[in-house]
Formats: sequence, C-alpha cells, structure tokens
Amino acid sequence: MRVNFTVNGRPQEADDVWEGESLLYVLRERLGLPGSKNACEQGECGSCTVRLDGVPVCSCLVAAGQAEGREVVTVEGLADHARQRSRGGSRGVPLDEAKAWQAGGPGSRTGEEAELSTVQQAFIDAGAVQCGFCTPGLLVAADEMLEHNPDPSDADIREALSGNLCRCTGYEKIMDAVRLAAARQSGEV
Amino acid sequence: MDFLRPASWEEALAAKAEHPTAVPIAGGTDVMVEINFDHRRPEYLLDLTRIGDLYEWETGEDTVRLGASVPYTRIMEHLRAELPGLALASHTVASPQIRNRGGVGGNLGTASPAGDAHPALLAAGAEVEAESAARGTRLIPIDAFYTGVKRNALQPDELIRAVHIEKADGPQQYSKVGTRNAMVIAVCAFGLALHPATRTVRTGIGSAAPTPVRARAAEEFLNAALEEGGFWDNRKIITPSVAKRFAELCSGACNPIDDVRGTASYRRHAVGVMARRTLTWTWESYRGARRATEGAA
Ligand SMILES: Cc1cc2nc3c(=O)[nH]c(=O)nc-3n(C[C@H](O)[C@H](O)[C@H](O)COP(=O)(O)OP(=O)(O)OC[C@H]3O[C@@H](n4cnc5c(N)ncnc54)[C@H](O)[C@@H]3O)c2cc1C
Ligand code: FES
Ligand code: FES
Repeated sequence: MRVNFTVNGRPQEADDVWEGESLLYVLRERLGLPGSKNACEQGECGSCTVRLDGVPVCSCLVAAGQAEGREVVTVEGLADHARQRSRGGSRGVPLDEAKAWQAGGPGSRTGEEAELSTVQQAFIDAGAVQCGFCTPGLLVAADEMLEHNPDPSDADIREALSGNLCRCTGYEKIMDAVRLAAARQSGEV
Repeated sequence: MDFLRPASWEEALAAKAEHPTAVPIAGGTDVMVEINFDHRRPEYLLDLTRIGDLYEWETGEDTVRLGASVPYTRIMEHLRAELPGLALASHTVASPQIRNRGGVGGNLGTASPAGDAHPALLAAGAEVEAESAARGTRLIPIDAFYTGVKRNALQPDELIRAVHIEKADGPQQYSKVGTRNAMVIAVCAFGLALHPATRTVRTGIGSAAPTPVRARAAEEFLNAALEEGGFWDNRKIITPSVAKRFAELCSGACNPIDDVRGTASYRRHAVGVMARRTLTWTWESYRGARRATEGAA
C-alpha cells in the first residue's frame, strides 16, 4: 500500500509498504531516515521515539497505515521544529537534506552547518552522548517535555524520560543536559 | 494482509461483521509487538484511530462513559477526580510514549491477567459497552468480561465502543508490585475502592490468577465487619485484626502461578500486603475527609 503523510514539515509518500509494517520501518527503510533507531521493536527502549501529531510515541508500535495523513517529526527535523517554535515560520526539512543531516555548530568536524536545537546542543555540551544509539529518542522526548514544561524538576525529567533506555551513560549526564537545555531555553545561561 | 481504515464507528462495525477475523488496532502497543515478532499475522488489520468518538468521554450523573481509545495519559490528566483508581493504575502503565497511545479498550481486548486497568475497573464497578452491526449494543458487567487467560466475552463481530465506569463516591487506591517504577508488567497488583454510598468495599486483583478477579470473600467479610462495628458512621480506625483477616482473605482469592516475574507464594503474600495497605490508605482518607469537613464547618 501507499502511505501519504507529513514528515518534518514536508509531505512525503512511501510506496510498497507492507500492511503490517511499522512507522519506524517506513521512516528508516522506505524514506531513508535512519535517525530514529531500532533497538527492541517492542516499546521498551524509546530509541524510536518520534512525534506523531505532536505526541511522543514509539514509532515501532505505530502501524504504517495509522500514520496516513498525520504529521511526524523525527530527530532529523527536531532543530527545524524547535526553530519554528521559538521564531515561527518553519520551512520544513526536505528528505535529501534530512538524509544528509549532520550535527554542525561549534566543535563539529563536518563542513555542513546544520543548526542544532537547544536540547541537541545541551546533550553535546553536557557529554550526554556516548555510543549515541539512545540519543535521538531521548532528544525527541526531552524536547517535547521542555515545550510544555519549561522549568522541570528532576522528578519531571525522570518521568518524561522514563520510556527511554540508555546503556552507556548512567543517565546522570543526560539529566545534566536536560537541566542545561531548560536553563538555556529560559535565558538563565 | 489488508489494512482496513474505517472513518466512522458504523463503518468499523460493518467491517468487523464482514471480516470477523479482522484484528482491531487502536494504540497498537499490544498488536504491533505481536506483529513485529511474527507472533501474529492477521489477514486484516482494522484501524480504529480515525474514529474520533472512541477518543472522547462523557461524565454523567453516576458514571463516566470512557471511549475505548482514550489514552492513559488523558485519563491521568482529566479524570483523576471521577476515576481516581483508574487514573492511578494508568500512571503505572509502561512509559509516557506507551501511555500516549494505549488505552482501556486495548487493555480489555488483550485481557491479560497483568493488565493494569482491570483491578481498577473491578474495584470501581464498570460495564463494557460492546456493539455489533447485527445485534446492536449490549453492556457486559466487568465481572463477566474476563473469561480466561487472555480471553474475554466479546463475540467475533463485536467491538468495544466504551466502558461505563462508576464515578468514585469515596477514596480509591491502586498498588502494583514490580522491579522498578517505569516500564514494568505487574508481578501482581491490587485495586481497592470504598463505596460509602452503598457502604461496601470492592477489590480487584491483577496477575495473581488466570484472569483479573475480585476478592469476594474478603469483600463480604469486610463489609460485614464494617457494618457491625458501625465504622461507616463512627469512622474509627479499622481494627488491626479486621485488616489482617481481610488481607488473608485477599491472599486466598489468588490462584497464582510461578513464573519469571515471581513465585506463586510471593504473589499471594504480596497481594495480602497490598490489600492491608490500600485498605489503610483509603480508610484514612475516608476518616480525614470527615475531619476536613468538620474543620471547615
Ligand atoms: C513496553 C510495553 C510496556 C507495557 N506495559 C504495560 C503495563 O505496565 N500495564 C499494562 O496494563 N499494559 C502494558 N502494556 C500493554 C499495552 O500497552 C496495554 O495493554 C494497552 O492498554 C493496549 O492498548 P492499545 O490501544 O495499544 O491496544 P492495541 O494493541 O491496539 O490492541 C490490543 C488488543 O485489543 C483489541 N482492541 C483494541 N481496541 C479494541 C476495541 N475498541 N474493540 C475490541 N477490541 C479492541 C485489539 O484487537 C488487540 O487484541 C505494555 C506494552 C508495551 C509495549
Ligand atoms: S525500538 Fe521502539 S521502543 Fe525500542
Ligand atoms: S549513549 Fe549508548 S545507549 Fe545511551
């Protein structure tokens, strides 16, 4: 079947989709967006977290057909999404650009200057990324929390990220990163 | 496989009548796991996420009519006052991502003995509104809904439209044993609701029998003991021997198995502990409610 939906602000079309396929598979294998990670395919790890009509969900548990006509934001579109939120006026992220997405900004060795969202930059600055496999899901979940809870307590952060597993960092640096992002977002730092 | 995408409730019922083997999919948090792991290859998936009615609820005089697909997150946010037991139980389900998708209709569809909505529904009192194109609507009392391990009273052509849950008329509690706070399937769970209006206490036990169950003998014992001692009026502290006997009878209502999550004897023990605790918590708040009213008067 064919699935038409919006990904990172741009209309997309996926063809030859099997009816039992997950949204995660469509994003990674049909659209070539490998940012959302596949680690468990059973909702346990959160590394596939995306926004579906604004709501954080495990994309491995959304049937492809359920995304028809809906809006999806993946980690590749997170910076654009954050920019839209703070300044208004998203231009969306075209597929080829999303596929070639590289972290830019200070300290980056890539030539491309892709702007980072506050949460992404904070994860780098706080050293919250080790192997990085959990990072995309954590970024999407943390960004969503900060959208409606700009001044979270530690308990709020733990709760919001309780569906995201990390096997490397021990979570302390992730907590630091989210606190840093919250402070930067509210202009304290 | 065919992906059926009804735009309305009537279309969904028609599709289910035409294809009784079709597997409904709401939040997908049970169905997709099975498909991803090749445990299930349904001929038809019947997507219910386009039917807006299933995501709404109505608060009536005595009950809340909760649409089958209302996600746990919304129950926690909006129905804490009317359905405190279910709101507490909802909060213990998995993680924010899962709670944003999964709901009570799917929990009832799966009818796992470990489903967290069940003890809360049993304790509060509820009826499942099932509908088919051929026979229309029927209300299934929650006590008659669970028919076996992961089996329920639905007919192949029926879908769950909503659950009618009695609004709380007194304190309710939900308690769950697991290895951590998030993302945990219950080792066992216990729901308790005080119903001062009818002077009864109702219970629900999860993960400690082939189906979710009420501890009926325990309820009968406690109802009689509370009545006899005039507790509903004098609101005294519940006699420790009464609480202890109630806990023993709750343990006795279990018919648990040994599995990776816990042994049968641990489950029986833990259910007793949760029964005593939830009784104490709810009774204290029942007593406190009067003190608060008195203080205000
Ligand atoms: C990582 C993870 C953790 C979990 N943790 C918990 C937990 O802690 N506690 C808990 O209780 N559950 C847990 N679950 C299970 C699941 O999230 C719940 O059972 C949830 O309530 C299912 O709702 P859903 O809408 O996603 O159901 P779906 O997966 O869409 O459907 C589940 C079943 O119900 C049927 N169904 C759905 N809607 C209807 C309807 N309207 N009429 C008739 N049949 C219907 C489907 O055909 C299917 O058989 C967990 C799942 C995952 C993946
Ligand atoms: S891959 Fe989806 S939650 Fe782990
Ligand atoms: S950084 Fe490796 S899993 Fe989190």
